[in-house]
Amino acid sequence: MSTAVLDRPVAADKVGAGIIDSDIHPAPAQGGETLKPYMARRWQDHLDLYGQQTNGPYASVYGYPRYMPGTARRDAWPENGGLPGSDLSLMRAQHLDRNDVALGIMEPLGFGQSAHNVEFGAALVSAVNDWQVDAFVDQEPRLRASLVIAHEDARAAVAEIRRRAPDRRYAQIQLVSLAAEPLGRRRYWPIYEEAAAYGLPIGIHVGGPAGARTASGWPAYYNEEHLSLVATMQTHMMSLIFEGVCEYFPQLKFVLIEGGVAWSIPLRKRIDRLWRSMGSEVPHVKRPPSDYVAENFYFSTQPIEEPEAPEDLVHIFEQVGWDRLLYASDYPHWDYDDPKYAFKTEMPEDKMNKVMRSNALGLYRL
Amino acid sequence: MVNTGSDSMKIDCDIHPGVPGVEALLPYMSDFWREQFVNREIDGMELASYPPTAPISCRPDWREKGRPPGSSLETVRRQALDGLGLSLAICNPLYGGQVAMSEHMGTAVSAAVNDWIRHEWLDREPRLRASIVVAAQDPIAAAAEIDRCASSDRRFVQVLMLVANELTLGRRYYWPIFEAAQRHGLPIGIHAGSMQRYPATPTGSPTHLLQDYASAPQMFCAQVQSLLCEGVFSKFPDLTFVLIESGVGWVVPFMWRSTKTWRGVRGEVPWMKRPAIDEVRDRIRMTIQPFDGPDAGPDLERFIEQLGSDDILLFSSDYPHWHFEGSDAMPPGLSSELARKIAWQNPLNTYPRLRESLS
Repeated sequence: MSTAVLDRPVAADKVGAGIIDSDIHPAPAQGGETLKPYMARRWQDHLDLYGQQTNGPYASVYGYPRYMPGTARRDAWPENGGLPGSDLSLMRAQHLDRNDVALGIMEPLGFGQSAHNVEFGAALVSAVNDWQVDAFVDQEPRLRASLVIAHEDARAAVAEIRRRAPDRRYAQIQLVSLAAEPLGRRRYWPIYEEAAAYGLPIGIHVGGPAGARTASGWPAYYNEEHLSLVATMQTHMMSLIFEGVCEYFPQLKFVLIEGGVAWSIPLRKRIDRLWRSMGSEVPHVKRPPSDYVAENFYFSTQPIEEPEAPEDLVHIFEQVGWDRLLYASDYPHWDYDDPKYAFKTEMPEDKMNKVMRSNALGLYRL
Repeated sequence: MVNTGSDSMKIDCDIHPGVPGVEALLPYMSDFWREQFVNREIDGMELASYPPTAPISCRPDWREKGRPPGSSLETVRRQALDGLGLSLAICNPLYGGQVAMSEHMGTAVSAAVNDWIRHEWLDREPRLRASIVVAAQDPIAAAAEIDRCASSDRRFVQVLMLVANELTLGRRYYWPIFEAAQRHGLPIGIHAGSMQRYPATPTGSPTHLLQDYASAPQMFCAQVQSLLCEGVFSKFPDLTFVLIESGVGWVVPFMWRSTKTWRGVRGEVPWMKRPAIDEVRDRIRMTIQPFDGPDAGPDLERFIEQLGSDDILLFSSDYPHWHFEGSDAMPPGLSSELARKIAWQNPLNTYPRLRESLS
């Protein structure tokens, strides 16, 4: 599965020295079993008997089979038999030490966030929140946890946020992008009120099992499902703007994680034009929508766009805004962006310093 | 006939004559369907994607009191054909049949629209051509309708589908439509608009029409990706797909993203021989209104380079939908050579039947 790196890009040596990674995926070594000690007996039994029901045709695996086992790099499976991302020493060796990661934001996925049974979801995310801190943050000072919530039940989500938010080991609140509805809709606003009150950014990570992946139904292939995740990011960005979330919570910051960046450039043009002709439908949106994109949204870099002319990446970052971008590795997933090789062209050093570290320092509670 | 060889020729690949109502279609229906529509008083089958009163559906200065947008030939002549200086224009009716819940009703209304456009528009105005409207809800019947219209009237230059249907477009379910189109040398036009069977996005229904309409590019991304992944471009080597009213700016980031993912996991779809960057350039065409790309200047020049082919873009006004002001639908800042290709050379190459119009 591996491909040799044939040429070492010119930017390779200029990114070291203490980078901040906005997307590291920790995994419980034995999946749900590992989380059980953090759950009440009732939910342990529920997990054993019923599992986690979400949208999709299979009882225990995802509807679109991944191309790589565990969605992971082949070399990221620990020798001790746990899941990729579960072994802290391997994570240190393969990523934290190797790439001089000064701080890494963990993005746990797959447990509780999209459970149909929201009570069970609340129990699972709470377990994930305890486990992240025990297994990683308390062992490794370079890591921070994400405050994971089951967002479809805003009341329970608010309770979970209040319980954890004062603890500075949590750097952000995390949502998954396949929500039941566009995230600007009112049912989710209690979450934003809490985030604003605690000064926590909201990371929206691609994924989750909700909903047909296209306006034309369910596609057939992982190749298509993977692309549809970009559409979820576009949807939430527009929704948060047009429902008025950015207007009512001007200090709130959203991080769009693993959705790409270049699409936002033409989309800004489109929504600005439509706002000029149909703004009367959204009178609460006071300014051109692209203003909110520039103020309320950050984009994580992985999987970074690969234009045919590699130097076009500089123009993409320029247009998205150097202060809007956060480096992300996606370790240990198969489409991991190595900080030394991901950007295949010479990038301006002072500006990449923002992307690799200083933007994150100004954003997350670190 | 049409004046040829002129650099000022403009072929508009997307205008929307408005069906004034079901009554206009009754003469073109069977007794059964006429009775159904009359006795049940079924009317008002404009698409939810384009509510007639909404700003996107008609530019303010093109509105006529008491009439659906674009529903009179005289007005279309004055505002579009003469007003925008069009040499030829392709009519893309959006009405009723394309989205009907019943495939039988959908097929009947689509056939009526095709006969209506032929008799009430094409017969009365030599500058007009039309797409064959089909009800994709029944691909077999749609293929028969393509055969019927394409073999009897060469002023039908394309097959028209919507971007959001009951299934993703690459699936074998729709292949009878593609076979029929290829048989007659007609491109498949995929127009913005939805059957509304699913939410507009993978993560639910947006609140506002504005968001719904703004989501069109993600629907086009999904459908081009479906055509790619299902192997349609290899299976139908002579078929061209025209993305109509899709916007243009989104396609470059899409080409990069789709191609990058394919490089990683192409083993899943071995029948997909070439990635998006190649298929888009060779097999996809796009109308230019709305453009939603960079403004004139270096960003636009870079975008055209990234697009990587001067053959992709086709001139359109999208009349009477509202995207631009004034009488020039061409995005400003394109080189005169590219503007000429967009205005008529690319349309002539995309729609073989248009050439037959030239004297």
